[in-house]
Amino acid sequence: MSNFFTDEVKARFFDSLKDMGEGMLCIFIVIGVIILSIYGMNAITNKLAERSKPKDDE
Amino acid sequence: MVDIFKGIVENLFSDGGWRYFVMWAIGGLLIYLAIKKDMEPTLLLPLGFGTIMVNIPLSGAIGAEGALTTLFNAGIANELFPLILFIGIGAMIDFGPVLSNPKLMIFGAAAQFGIFLTYCLASLFFPIRDAASIGIIGAADGPTAIVVAQQLNSEYVGAIMVAAYSYMALVPIIQPPVIKALTTKKERLIRMPYKGKEISKTTRILFPIIITVIAGLVAPASVSLVGFLMFGNLIRECGVLNSLSETAQKVLANLITIFLGITIATKMEATEFLKWQTLLILALGLFAFIFDTAGGVLFAKFLNLFQKEKINPMIGAAGISAFPMSGRVVHKMGLKEDPQNFLLMHSIGVNVSGQIASVIAGGLILTLVAS
Repeated sequence: MSNFFTDEVKARFFDSLKDMGEGMLCIFIVIGVIILSIYGMNAITNKLAERSKPKDDE
Repeated sequence: MVDIFKGIVENLFSDGGWRYFVMWAIGGLLIYLAIKKDMEPTLLLPLGFGTIMVNIPLSGAIGAEGALTTLFNAGIANELFPLILFIGIGAMIDFGPVLSNPKLMIFGAAAQFGIFLTYCLASLFFPIRDAASIGIIGAADGPTAIVVAQQLNSEYVGAIMVAAYSYMALVPIIQPPVIKALTTKKERLIRMPYKGKEISKTTRILFPIIITVIAGLVAPASVSLVGFLMFGNLIRECGVLNSLSETAQKVLANLITIFLGITIATKMEATEFLKWQTLLILALGLFAFIFDTAGGVLFAKFLNLFQKEKINPMIGAAGISAFPMSGRVVHKMGLKEDPQNFLLMHSIGVNVSGQIASVIAGGLILTLVAS
């Protein structure tokens, strides 16, 4: 077993573990920003659509 | 004449000649699965036939002047075929369900957990570049797997592609037991009423552009992956390029698919494929799919701890990119538990989010490994 976990294997494993943490964090951040931007887009386009509608009292 | 037959016998029955027979059997199996079991036939059939072509002793299809090698260099070594295929895929996808309920996208992110966990596990057995390429099998997205494996110069592109496409076809078999193991009957019965909102054309047009910019800023390596996918979607949504959109969805996607499968077969040579590593890659690919599914389901359960309006955790499993199989699997499981529980719009929304998230994950893997 100790032959398997050589220093090189350990180094690779810990590198990939670090990548995993960074990767998952990044993907949640990116998707979070995308979600917020969709909400923003929806809100702006809805507002614009409301404004362009003729008002009843006019 | 005698010399020709002597040459054939010498090649086939020399030391290691058995490998040719094994590869013919594998090629035959892929063709059988494609035709009889309807498993991703558009890719497994060309791949199976190509496997037989390249494993004929002294095959003229491969080598410096071989037609398949030339195709490989022209379309896969430079990642052109999978990227062009993304234009077709982007043109096929309707992002409407995500745009009307954006928070579903978070499950697409959670379901990429299997990619990174498999990457860690694979790093125990393979160099980091191969480990990252193996992890991306969990993206459940063939073109992304090819692009990442090719850019990282992995020597296991053939095995990775076989694993990616085979497991994509096996989603209806792999996912249900994992979902059932992680959820209670009560959770599977949770109903989620669908409140569909009308999405303006402006939002539909802006969406692919914004996604490309955001993903590109965080992971520049993902620009080509995300960009081609979103370009296809922009063609679909702009409303003035209907004939191009139709061509991308049908003719372009079909044409590239034909070449993709048969060209990848150049990496299915017996000497490259028949290694113990191939079996390990197939096992790790399955592990990636299982933990992608688990990641999505467990994240939904976690969110339920804080939500008043509960989410059916099964929809988290649809966050893998296998579109639309995964969304349909979840929908069918919901109907099986309760014939009045319609989860389709939610699960398809999560499924298309998985498509975006897996491409972004591919770009992140490229960026992280390169750094």
